[in-house]
This record gives sequence, structure tokens and C-alpha cells, in this order.
Amino acid sequence: MVEQFQDIAKKKKEKEYQKYVKKMTPTHNLALNMLKAFLVGGLICTLGQVILHTAEVMGADEKTAGSWCSLILIFISVVLTGLNIYPRIGKFAGAGALVPITGFANSVAASAIEFKKEGQVFGIGCKIFTIAGPVILYGILSSWALGVIYYILLQLGVTG
Amino acid sequence: MEYVRAFLVGGIICALVQILLDRTKLMPGRVMVLLVCSGAVLSAVGLYRPLFDFAGAGASVPLLGFGHLLWNGMKEAIQENGILGLFMGGFTACATGVSASLIFSYLASLIFNPKMKE
Repeated sequence: MVEQFQDIAKKKKEKEYQKYVKKMTPTHNLALNMLKAFLVGGLICTLGQVILHTAEVMGADEKTAGSWCSLILIFISVVLTGLNIYPRIGKFAGAGALVPITGFANSVAASAIEFKKEGQVFGIGCKIFTIAGPVILYGILSSWALGVIYYILLQLGVTG
Repeated sequence: MEYVRAFLVGGIICALVQILLDRTKLMPGRVMVLLVCSGAVLSAVGLYRPLFDFAGAGASVPLLGFGHLLWNGMKEAIQENGILGLFMGGFTACATGVSASLIFSYLASLIFNPKMKE
């Protein structure tokens, strides 16, 4: 009798635990997440367009305007990261905060700030490249590989 | 109108990447690497330029645009310097973005302290 009761109690506990796990696991509402990413990502890009347009009005060519755009967005993102505001935007917007260049700057700044206690060289110096390193490495590598193909095609006279 | 186009295209790129994040559990770092490399490839095959002409910052601000920038720099450097250009173009193109990120982040680490995780 006692064993039976224990068994039932155990099963009940297990059931409750499963319920708890289900409650605590964040449910992914994909459509809502996409909407948030769309809105925030779109807004960041619109801000970029404002900078781009302003630079062009002030007489910058396309390349220079693009550089100003990156520079200012990166500056804003780093400041917002330091003030702990960008992580909150990221929590809300997901990919909307991750995909723009501000997301890259955020991850660089976040690791620099987080690891400053570990020292100038092995703290900030190493950890600042936690995200920047892979992005730079594979960006440079892939454009190099494409460049090799382009160079060969150029030599063969296939492309101009 | 150019602002609307930038908003729409930038937003759509972010929304599409959100699907990738939710459905594959890819870490943010990998997503960034993936975006930059895809941007370089899309640009090299000539697909990214039209998008940039249409959407402006909507195409250049997402990290795909970073790849586009890398490829443009690479192409120009090869045309000017040949083989040597293969080793110049990438870094020349991304100089502003990378330098700004590193320098501002270093300065930020002097000013700000890590916050407790909420």
C-alpha cells in the first residue's frame, strides 16, 4: 500500500516537473520574433540611410559616405553597449540587433568591457577578438579566395 | 522614398536571419561569419550591387554589406596591383569598420565597467 502511494506521489512530482520545464522553456513565436527583428533592423538601416544621405549632401562620394555611415553607427553602438542599453535592444530584437554592423560593434565592445579585469594583453587584447577575429578571418579569407578566382578569370580574359 | 526602401530591405534581411536563429540554434558569432562570407559571394557574382543601388543603407548596414565592401575592395586592388592586390584589398576595404570597432571598444573598456547580468 505504502509503496503504491509513494509511486503515485513520485509520478505526480514528475508530471509537475515536466510542466515546470515546459513553462520555463522560452516558446519561440517565430512570427513575432521576425516582426521585432524586421522593425528594429529596419530602423537601424534607416538611421544608416540618414547618415549616408547627409554625407552625400555634404559632398562625400559613395565610398566616403559609406565609411561615415559605418563609423557613426559603430560609435553609437559601442556607447549603447557601454551603457548596457544595446544588450536590451538585442534581447528584444534578436537578429534585428545582431545583423546590422552595430551588432558586430556591440560584440566587440562587450567582450572588451567584460574581460578588462583579466588585463590589458590577455584580457582586453585577446578577448576583443572573440567575435571580431572569426569575422575578420573568414571575411578576408573568403574575399581572397574569390579574388584568386577573379584574378585567374582576368588573366584568361574571361572577365573585365 | 529612399528611407522606406532602406527600412524595408534592411528589415527583411534581419527577419530572414531571425528564422535562421530560431530554427537552427546557430550561435550569433557563426551567423555573423556566415553573413559576411555570403555577402562577399553574393557581391562577387554580381547580385549585391543591384540590391545596394535599390536600398542603400538597407543593403550596406547589415553584415552582408560588410562582405560586399570586402569584395569591392578586393576587386579594385586586383585591378590596380594584380597578385599583390589579393593581399591588400580586403583589409583596405574594411579598414574603417574594423579600426572603429576596435578603437571605440578599447576606449569603452576604459570608461565602462561590466554590468551584472540581469
